[in-house]
Amino acid sequence: MKLLVCIKQVPDLESRFKPNAEGVWYNETDLAFRMNEYDEYAVEQAILLREKLGEGAELTVLSIGPDRVVEAIKKSLAMGCDNAAHIQDPAASAKDPWQIASVIATYAKDKNFDIIFTGMQSQDRGSAQVGVTVAELLGFGCTTTIVGFDYDNGTITAKRELEGGIKGVVKLKTPALVTCQMGLNVPRYPTLPNIMKAKKKEITVIPVAELQAEEPLATTTSFHPPAKKGGGIVLEGDVGDMVEKVIAILKDKTAVLR
Amino acid sequence: MKTLLIGEYREGKLLESTYELLGFAGELGAETAMLLVGSDNQLPAYGGTLYLADAATCGEYNPDLHKKLILEVVQKESPDYIVFLHSSYGWDLAPRVAAALKIAKISEVIAITDGGFEVGCCNAKMRRSVKPVTAKAVVTIQAGAFTAKQPGGTPDVHKLAATGGGALEFIGYEPAEKKDVDLGKAEIIVSAGRGVGKKDNIPLIQALATALGGELGASRPVVDAEWVNHSHQVGTTGQTVSPKLYIACGISGAIQHLAGMKKSDFIVAINKDKDAPIGEIADVLVVADVMQFVPALTAKVAK
Ligand SMILES: Cc1cc2nc3c(=O)[nH]c(=O)nc-3n(C[C@H](O)[C@H](O)[C@H](O)COP(=O)(O)OP(=O)(O)OC[C@H]3O[C@@H](n4cnc5c(N)ncnc54)[C@H](O)[C@@H]3O)c2cc1C
Ligand SMILES: Nc1ncnc2c1ncn2[C@@H]1O[C@H](COP(=O)(O)O)[C@@H](O)[C@H]1O
Repeated sequence: MKLLVCIKQVPDLESRFKPNAEGVWYNETDLAFRMNEYDEYAVEQAILLREKLGEGAELTVLSIGPDRVVEAIKKSLAMGCDNAAHIQDPAASAKDPWQIASVIATYAKDKNFDIIFTGMQSQDRGSAQVGVTVAELLGFGCTTTIVGFDYDNGTITAKRELEGGIKGVVKLKTPALVTCQMGLNVPRYPTLPNIMKAKKKEITVIPVAELQAEEPLATTTSFHPPAKKGGGIVLEGDVGDMVEKVIAILKDKTAVLR
Repeated sequence: MKTLLIGEYREGKLLESTYELLGFAGELGAETAMLLVGSDNQLPAYGGTLYLADAATCGEYNPDLHKKLILEVVQKESPDYIVFLHSSYGWDLAPRVAAALKIAKISEVIAITDGGFEVGCCNAKMRRSVKPVTAKAVVTIQAGAFTAKQPGGTPDVHKLAATGGGALEFIGYEPAEKKDVDLGKAEIIVSAGRGVGKKDNIPLIQALATALGGELGASRPVVDAEWVNHSHQVGTTGQTVSPKLYIACGISGAIQHLAGMKKSDFIVAINKDKDAPIGEIADVLVVADVMQFVPALTAKVAK
């Protein structure tokens, strides 16, 4: 069986974001990057399945982006993916989800993957559409937002998470694509021996021009902070002083402290 | 301008969120037609055109078939925008429709701007203005972003006959985990987020809740990591709360968390990041390390 997991590298979300020169996305200077959280669940689930299948199964991790994304690829290899495809694209962040999905589908179309795993959304772009679009382009069955996954003999049983904590149970035949939600599993930390072993695993580098032909269907015209609603009080400084102030505010503005 | 609104129906009921689609279309000043895979006896209070397929035969979750129905109606109505909620139904189905038509898909719209849409990004910290390049577009709207509009009336129903299955077989629903605390009734909630750092620190948050006579709440990662059990989770996939006082400790303020607590009367947030999106709705944002601030506050409250 052939498995593929798609990962995106995203900035640490506790960073400060400033618009880039074009004003349509963030400036990357000073940002630290790591693997998109939702993709960690996807990688872990793909590895769990790969381990269950044993001999003969192969798990490829794919990421589109500039050279920095190799860090996230290496982490996936150290977690347990067999090999990697780095689709080299310094301008990936300027592409719309349709273009990203088209690149992945073009890469995958003649490789006979049985199951593709993606995150349910990327934390920076948050479009929640790359995975589903890849499935449509490949004609794969697809289900989203999974918090439970089981595979047996060509059939996936997945649990989708719905609003309010209700779940929907679905079955689908491979080839299929699933998009992974938080809580699906507990992603492992790469161990030192596995980090060393991963250094020998193959990373195929493919320039995006070999896979990209699509024009964008949507464009970003501006990237900016939310309009400040104001009203809120911001306290900074000495902890003791802030405690006094909070107590005073609670006494003044709420009926919960007397 | 014309919109095709895709209504929502689950476990035999029309979902109220369907009316938010009408709110969005109203703000856009667009004509509307609606499509619903639902039932005759659960019609929306809406006097316009309603394309109705029967959920009993089409299934409530059968994306391939629902996509087919939508494409059929798009042929007839030729809408400028096909509008879904950004929900477990919408984010699953909308990209399929957009891909089939090869048109723009704009996700989780929070506002309408001049010729385009405003969407959140970077975990709700930032915003983007996005415009479709294609003449038509698929749009999903953020839950709660547009005020629900219930125009009243009885729809002009056009029945859709559906045939064919899909790649998926829907097995059934599993109910949400039973709650052992009803946060909905709590007057004071002190919630722990990932910023609390580790499970061992939860008692310090619980201590503040206890000192105030309130309940412990939590964000989802804290529940997923099993620091706190699911019945304490606040948000779209947890409980919706509206206490007199909500204290968010080390919670960034992602939309799915805010959806569960933004109706609280008074919100205090403790976060070391001054730009955390929770600051947008907090009445007081304390920029501090939770592990320093919370025990100090507890000590004062307990006196
Ligand atoms: C379909 C769906 C449904 C979801 N449902 C829910 C839901 O019901 N409820 C929910 O909560 N989430 C839900 N989520 C997840 C949500 O998107 C966020 O990922 C989650 O709310 C983040 O939790 P957090 O704020 O605790 O963690 P983070 O986003 O990681 O934020 C941690 C915060 O703590 C701050 N911090 C770190 N260290 C400290 C310190 N020492 N002192 C002070 N501050 C510190 C950081 O600055 C940061 O702002 C859902 C997501 C999806 C996609
Ligand atoms: N540049 C990328 N390279 C590889 N996979 C990606 C990329 N962008 C998005 N994805 C995948 O698509 C999912 C959904 O992303 P998005 O539609 O941007 O929210 C992510 O969780 C990844 O699994």
